Amino acid sequence: MDRLKLATVWLGGCSGCHMSFLDLDEFLIDLAGKVDVVYSPVIDVKEYPDGVDVCLVEGAVCNRDNLEQLHKVRRRTRVLISFGDCAVTGNVSAIRNQLGPGNSENVLQCAYIDNAQNGPRLPRAEGIVPELLERVRPLHEIVHVDAYLPGCPPSSERIRALLERVLAGLPLKLEGEQLKFG
Amino acid sequence: MAAKTLTIDGKEVSAQEGATILDAASDAGIKIPTLCHLEGVYDIGSCRLCLVEVTGVAKLLPSCTTHVSEGMDVHTDSERLRKYRRMTLELLFAERNHVCSVCVSNNNCELQALAWQHGMDHVRYDYCFPKWGMDATHPLFGMDHNRCILCTRCVRVCWHIEGAGTKNVAGRGAKSTIIDDLHQPWGESDTCTSCGKCVIACPTGALFSRGSTVGEMVRDRSTLEFIVNAREKKQWIV
Repeated sequence: MDRLKLATVWLGGCSGCHMSFLDLDEFLIDLAGKVDVVYSPVIDVKEYPDGVDVCLVEGAVCNRDNLEQLHKVRRRTRVLISFGDCAVTGNVSAIRNQLGPGNSENVLQCAYIDNAQNGPRLPRAEGIVPELLERVRPLHEIVHVDAYLPGCPPSSERIRALLERVLAGLPLKLEGEQLKFG
Repeated sequence: MAAKTLTIDGKEVSAQEGATILDAASDAGIKIPTLCHLEGVYDIGSCRLCLVEVTGVAKLLPSCTTHVSEGMDVHTDSERLRKYRRMTLELLFAERNHVCSVCVSNNNCELQALAWQHGMDHVRYDYCFPKWGMDATHPLFGMDHNRCILCTRCVRVCWHIEGAGTKNVAGRGAKSTIIDDLHQPWGESDTCTSCGKCVIACPTGALFSRGSTVGEMVRDRSTLEFIVNAREKKQWIV
């Protein structure tokens, strides 16, 4: 049997979920023996490949880049896992939604103009700075999600529990306290 | 008072007339999930988590406000009940801004715990993201309306244990909100005795002691239990 093709993607999140993934320590060695990591922020691959078996997606969908990336990941992946509270609920990334429509302008104004110490201006490099979406959304509001791995960040034990189910071909469902948000 | 005999989850149980299904189940060691229920204050049946099935009754009944009757056949756990309980929890999460990761009650929250206990791995409804503020005018306590589930435990302890009558509910439906006195800043309330019972009673991170940060808000309910015990049983046990 071919080795499982695993990918991890970082959308609108703090990368804490990926830090927790790296906290898997020696299990990462076991994992490397069983899967091919074909795309991830921690390896040097520029384009998300075709035919990925399992992908952990961290972060909420905050900007146009995130949105396009998520659709691409969905098209090219068999099992998509919502990885961490931002992906599952929107979490901290979605707090700006409370400011209502037009909040994308407000947050940029607040971060780059009102609180800027030097040279206040909005970052608007065409094709480089992605446009913020009007509303930050969790993954499952946009694409079909196959499994959920909540937590802010999910503990490495929790990530391991789900990955072991992936490797064993078991249903990808966590139970009990493994489902706790926060 | 006459005793009533009934069946809960196939178990023969007897309870005093006037007892609720929740009381009877609890005495028999059967756990029914609750959220607005708080030992020592009267029940209002608002959160709908303690709904149970009673044979011969088409609709689901809240066990905290339904009295036992002779021969009643109660089921506290079924596919249908689990479905509705999870739905209720998801709606509570979608209605306001419950961001567990940055909450004073993270890991000490009844709503958060009920969610994982009921297998809630995500919320299927669109989040509302309403704009609610925070009242930090009281010198000792704060109120974050973003995390309020309107269980009214704070209102009930304020009126019926402390007897101050500061907390109240204003508005209707999803726009309902907990207020102080005549909807004024908590710190300007004439009636609040700063007893803190509302803070002890709150199941989420909505009411908190000032100065507590993420995960630090641990509630000690023993004060409430002490008062209720003293009042109901005339026992002053510290």
